[in-house]
Amino acid sequence: MRIARPVVLLLFAALFLMPVYVLVVTSFKPLAEADPAGAWSLPDAWSLSGWRTAWDVLRPGLENSVKIAVSGSLISAVLGSLNGYVLSKWRFPGADAVFTLFLFGMFIPYQAVMIPLAGLLTDMELVGTIRGLVLAHVVYGIPICTLIFRNYYVTIPDELIEAARVDGAGMLRTYTSIVLPVSGPAFAVTLIWQFTSLWNDFLFAVFLGAPDSWPVTVMLNNTAGSGAAAVQYNQQMASALLASLPTLLVYLLLGRFFMRGLMAGALKG
Amino acid sequence: MARRWRRWLPGLLLVSPSIIAIGLFVYGLIFWNTRVAVSGKHDEITPYGFDKGRNFVDLWSQPSWPGAVQNALVFTVAFVGGALALGAFLAFLMDKGIRAEASLRAIYLFPMAVSFIASGVVWRWLMNPAPPQRAVGLNQLFGKVGLDALANSWWQHPTWGMAAMALPAIWQMSGYVMALYLAGFRAVPEELREAARVDGASEWKVYRHVVFPRLRPVTLSALIILGHISLKVFDLIMAISGKQIITYVPAVATYVEIFDRHDPANGATIATYLLLAVALLVVPYLVWSVRAERTR
Repeated sequence: MRIARPVVLLLFAALFLMPVYVLVVTSFKPLAEADPAGAWSLPDAWSLSGWRTAWDVLRPGLENSVKIAVSGSLISAVLGSLNGYVLSKWRFPGADAVFTLFLFGMFIPYQAVMIPLAGLLTDMELVGTIRGLVLAHVVYGIPICTLIFRNYYVTIPDELIEAARVDGAGMLRTYTSIVLPVSGPAFAVTLIWQFTSLWNDFLFAVFLGAPDSWPVTVMLNNTAGSGAAAVQYNQQMASALLASLPTLLVYLLLGRFFMRGLMAGALKG
Repeated sequence: MARRWRRWLPGLLLVSPSIIAIGLFVYGLIFWNTRVAVSGKHDEITPYGFDKGRNFVDLWSQPSWPGAVQNALVFTVAFVGGALALGAFLAFLMDKGIRAEASLRAIYLFPMAVSFIASGVVWRWLMNPAPPQRAVGLNQLFGKVGLDALANSWWQHPTWGMAAMALPAIWQMSGYVMALYLAGFRAVPEELREAARVDGASEWKVYRHVVFPRLRPVTLSALIILGHISLKVFDLIMAISGKQIITYVPAVATYVEIFDRHDPANGATIATYLLLAVALLVVPYLVWSVRAERTR
C-alpha cells in the first residue's frame, strides 16, 4: 500500500498528461511528419512551421478573445462585488429570494434563451459584435460573480459594517472604506473564473458572433475542428495549444486562486 | 417606518440593474422561448401562431430526437459515474498526504482550464477508430503495450459510443471532483478518526464508518454540478464529431434545428425540454441549500 499509492497516482498523472504530450510533439513536427500513425513518437526534425501558420490564422480570433475576456471579466467583477455586498451586508426585504432567482440563472442551458436572445441583440444592433458578446457574458455571469463575492463578504463581521453605519457612513461610503479594501482575493477569484470561462466560450460565440467578432474558439473549430477540411495536423495541434495558452498560463501562475474559485463555485460548474 | 425604508432602499437601487438584467435576459427570454416552442413556427416565414404544445409530443416521432435523448442518457451515466469515481478515488489516495501533492493536484486539475474545442482536436486523434492494421491514437498505443483487446471503435460504436465520448469530459472534470473530495476528506476532524482508532477500528473501518458518511454533501454537490454539465454538453460533441447523427444530443439538436433546418419551433421545444431536465435536477438542490444556509 505504501508503495502502491504513489505509483497509482503517478500513473494517473501520466494519463492526464498524455493528450498534452501528443499535442506538443505533433505541433513541432514538419507537415510531412505530422501524421496520426506517428502520434506517439518525438519529431525527427523539430519545426516551427505549424506554430507559424497557426499564429497567422488565429491572430484575429486571439485579438477578439482578449477584448471579450478582459473587458467582460472586469465588468463582471465590479457588478459581482456590488451585488455581493448588498446581498450580504446591506440587505433589503426579499434579498434571499432575489439571490435564489439569480442562482438559478447560472444553471440554465443557454440554448433555452438563445433564439429570443439573438432576436433581442439584433433589435439592439449588437448581434455579431464584440460588444454584444460582452453584454451576454456579463449578464449571464452575474449569478456566479454575485455568488463568489457574497460568500466572501459573509465572512466580514457585521459589527464592522454597523460601526461604520453608526458613524454616519452611507452604503457607498461603507463599501469603499471597509468592504472594498479587503476584496482583493474575491476579485482575483472572480477575474480568473470569468476570464477562463469567457476565453473558452464557444456556445455564445457560435450563436451570436459573426466572422469579425469570432473569438479564438470558433476560429479554432473552423480550422481544426471536426468539420475542417485542412489536414495540416501540425498546425491543428499548434492552434489548439495556442488557443489554450492564455488560460493555462493564468492557471499555472494563479492556480491557488483558481482553486479557491472552484471551491466558491461548488454550487456551480 | 420611514427610517427603515431609507435603510434598505439604496441597496435595492444598487442591485436593481442586475435584477432587471436577470429578469429580462433569464426569465423574460425563457418565457419568450417557451412562446416560440408552442408557436408552431416551423420555418422563418410563418408568423407566430399557437399549436397548443403539440410540438412537445410531435418531437418524439421525429427520427433524430429519441436517439438524442438516449445518447444524452448514456453520456450522463458514463460521465457522471466516471468522473465521480475517479475523482473520489484520487482524493482517497491523496488524503493522507503524499510527496509532491501540489504538483499532482495541478496535473489533475489543469484540464479544467482548457476548452473542449481545443482538447477535442487531440481527443479526435486519440479516439480514432481505424482498424488494427493501421491503428492510430489510443488503439495504436494499446497494440504497442500488448493490450490489443482494448482497441475499439470509440465514439463511433453504435451503442456505447457515447460512453467513449465521455472520456474527454471525465479527463476534464475529475480533477475538480478530486479537489472537492479532498477538501471534504480534510474537513473531517482528526479527533474523530483518532477516537475510532482508539476504539479499535481498522483504518478501512475508520473510512467506512467515520469519513465516508461525512462526504454525502460533497457527493451531492458534485452530482449536481456534473449532472447539469452533462445534460448541456455541446462544445465537446461539436469539436469531436460535429453534427453527426450517431452522437446527436439535445444541445446539439437545438443548434441544428435553428441554423441548419431553420425551424425555430423545434429548436425552442428541444431547448425547453433541456431546461426542464436541468430545472428538475437543480431547483430542489438550490432550495435545499439556501434553506440549509438560513438554518445555520
